[in-house]
Amino acid sequence: MSEVKKTKYFNPYIGGVLLGLVLLAANFVSGRGLGASGAIKSAVVSTVNTVAPSHAENSVFYKNYNESHENPMKSWLVFQMMGVLVGGFLSGAFAKRLKFKVEHSPKITSKRRIIFAILGGMFFGFGSQLGRGCTSGSALSGMAVLSVGGFLTMACIFGTAFALAYFFRKNWI
Amino acid sequence: MAPLIVNEIISPDTNLLIAFLIGIGFGFVLEGSGFSSSRKLAGMFYGYDTTVLKVFFTAAITAMVGMLFFSLFGWMDLDFVYINPTYVTSAIVGGVVMGVGFIMGGFCPGTAFCAISIGKLDALAFIGGLTLGIVFFTEGYPLFEEMYKANFIGTPTMNELLDIPRGVFALGLILMAFAMFWVGEWAEKKFPREEY
Repeated sequence: MSEVKKTKYFNPYIGGVLLGLVLLAANFVSGRGLGASGAIKSAVVSTVNTVAPSHAENSVFYKNYNESHENPMKSWLVFQMMGVLVGGFLSGAFAKRLKFKVEHSPKITSKRRIIFAILGGMFFGFGSQLGRGCTSGSALSGMAVLSVGGFLTMACIFGTAFALAYFFRKNWI
Repeated sequence: MAPLIVNEIISPDTNLLIAFLIGIGFGFVLEGSGFSSSRKLAGMFYGYDTTVLKVFFTAAITAMVGMLFFSLFGWMDLDFVYINPTYVTSAIVGGVVMGVGFIMGGFCPGTAFCAISIGKLDALAFIGGLTLGIVFFTEGYPLFEEMYKANFIGTPTMNELLDIPRGVFALGLILMAFAMFWVGEWAEKKFPREEY
């Protein structure tokens, strides 16, 4: 028997109900769903405002964004995302899963995993801006309020990933 | 009565505090459900682990049914809940691009933050990629603006689109989710694997 016994994950259906209740609370209190990519966008806009203020004034995207947002970092999603880091850490700590590591299939190297993670992140980041939200903000939260766009985005994310799974199988199994 | 912020029951600053607390719940549940593991997430697309399907759809139907009942009891005015607007073109193209990112990177933005919180370095790389992808969009925005705004059809909901009552659509979705859970359980038995 190993000395540090890891706790198993939640039953997925119980995890799902709990996640649903968190999403319900967000809608009940704040009238909106959960999100993730929006928080990174806030950080990007805020960085550009600080590092290159003249560029932010002259470039359409930042100009529009700053006109509709007083302070990009004082946003609901930024605070929610800080909470995610705390909540994830607490769960990992209780379950003894805190560990620095690069997780990958034994068939590939850590280097390959990191390269694919960066590339995948780039696609996901770009797509989340085009699609007005990621799996949390557009797909999950959109589905809960029955948004047609939410269902459409959800189907396209999972459909594409399924369709391409064969070509990337070595990375995972 | 609800949403509390819209009806000014709580102040904007309290709303941000609540956002932080809701985030803690969000991160805790994601991590506890195993969403901090990219191989577990990717397992969804090979049938060996359908946790994503189960958690995702259970969450969606739980929140949906919750809102339906809250509205029925008069606790919550759904007219003031944010409904994601539908821009058909960008919803499809954005979704497809995200799907490519998902199978290559193994995370989505929310799960990557959850994974970095327990020390997964591949999640850190993914978040670096996310930032680059977002900068690519914001910098190149004039090039994408037309596609971004194309085919806007307002904020329709699925039941409006199908012209059926909200509750009927909800029931249909729940039945569909149960059918998918059944397929998921079957797939996991057919493609067994170790726990990551």
